[in-house]
Amino acid sequence: MAAKLKLEMVTPYKQVLSEEVDELTLPGLVGELGILPGHTPILTTLRVGELSYKIGQQQFHVAVNWGYVEVDDDVVTVLVDTAERSDEIDLARARAALGRAEDALKTLSEEDKSYKVMEAALQRAMIRIQVAGKKK
Amino acid sequence: MPSLKDIKKRISSVKNTQQITKAMKMVAAAKLRRAQEAAVAARPYANKLQHVLANLARREEQQDGHPLLTQREKNRALVILLTADRGLCGGFNANVSKEAERFIRNNKEGFAQVDALIIGRKGRDFLKNRVGDRIIKVYEDVTGAVSFKTAQLIGEEVVQMYTEETYDAVYVIYNAFQSAIVQNVTVEKVLPITAAESETQSNDTVDYLYEPDRAEVLAQILPKMVEVQLFRALLESNASEQGARMSAMDSASRNASEMIGKLTLQYNRARQAAITKELMEIISGAESIK
Repeated sequence: MAAKLKLEMVTPYKQVLSEEVDELTLPGLVGELGILPGHTPILTTLRVGELSYKIGQQQFHVAVNWGYVEVDDDVVTVLVDTAERSDEIDLARARAALGRAEDALKTLSEEDKSYKVMEAALQRAMIRIQVAGKKK
Repeated sequence: MPSLKDIKKRISSVKNTQQITKAMKMVAAAKLRRAQEAAVAARPYANKLQHVLANLARREEQQDGHPLLTQREKNRALVILLTADRGLCGGFNANVSKEAERFIRNNKEGFAQVDALIIGRKGRDFLKNRVGDRIIKVYEDVTGAVSFKTAQLIGEEVVQMYTEETYDAVYVIYNAFQSAIVQNVTVEKVLPITAAESETQSNDTVDYLYEPDRAEVLAQILPKMVEVQLFRALLESNASEQGARMSAMDSASRNASEMIGKLTLQYNRARQAAITKELMEIISGAESIK
């Protein structure tokens, strides 16, 4: 058996995950990146996106919101504002949030202060729906 | 000597008060447990962040410092005071508020001026009459259910004021939670960020790959650190408040039952005296008929 990665995911509210995983894909600020055991130490920020990891043949998906990742000596520390596993996501709520954000964006112009906020909300909702869709 | 009826009235009024304090104690105990759990749950995040930051900042020292890391001339400072919105929790509010007042007045660190940003109604009430002109902003109704959003909001504001050089240092004063009975008034420096306090790791010289680059990563993490520090202070303060209220209400309930005991004794004595008096009257009445 090859070496494993120790994945630790924490939010300000609680420790979400602490597991041994084989493979990890992160939504980095400048693009997706995959982490395998033996990766060189890296520190990167994350954007709103989908984080997925593999244990054996099973794939797991987590929707994450702003944060960053530290990889050091096969220990992966993920610090994020929010993290929701695909089986925790309330699809109806996410859809509603998406609708709300879309409606708000239609009425706002790009100069408005809340435009960026709504855009971020839209992104979050989209990611959530995308991640929830991958539930098996 | 109060009449029997008066004493009876007092007993029932004290009983009523005791019922209220008992209920408040119970509520505080339940809230305390939740607040404590939240404080404990937030710890790993803060620790990990501190660890990463310590690694980052140490290397940053040799290069040009980030604005949030550089020590500036001590001109104006901001104190963030964390209090509760409600009273009936012993010395909880008074202790921190007094410490804040002392901090503003005495100005030990040698700032030209110290201003205050207050969280909680009680802190505002206390400082308004003493150093009212130094209060720049008051947040209310945020201590009940502490959310990271609140900390973020305040953090962003503070960081902005700091980078605009409105203030050259930011401190936070709060009740650190030690146990349900013990709370320590704590003064903590929030800005500029000092990484020295976190213990150095043994494998300190790992050179990370940074993505997109170090400055960018640092610029994102440092404000986060401020938010997390505030968030932790908020959680601790909340737990302390519930703990202080619980012990205050506990002693209030105990005092009430002590008082009830005393009053009951007094009542019984008065009753006895009345009976004796009546008996004497009857006997002496019968005596005189003979």
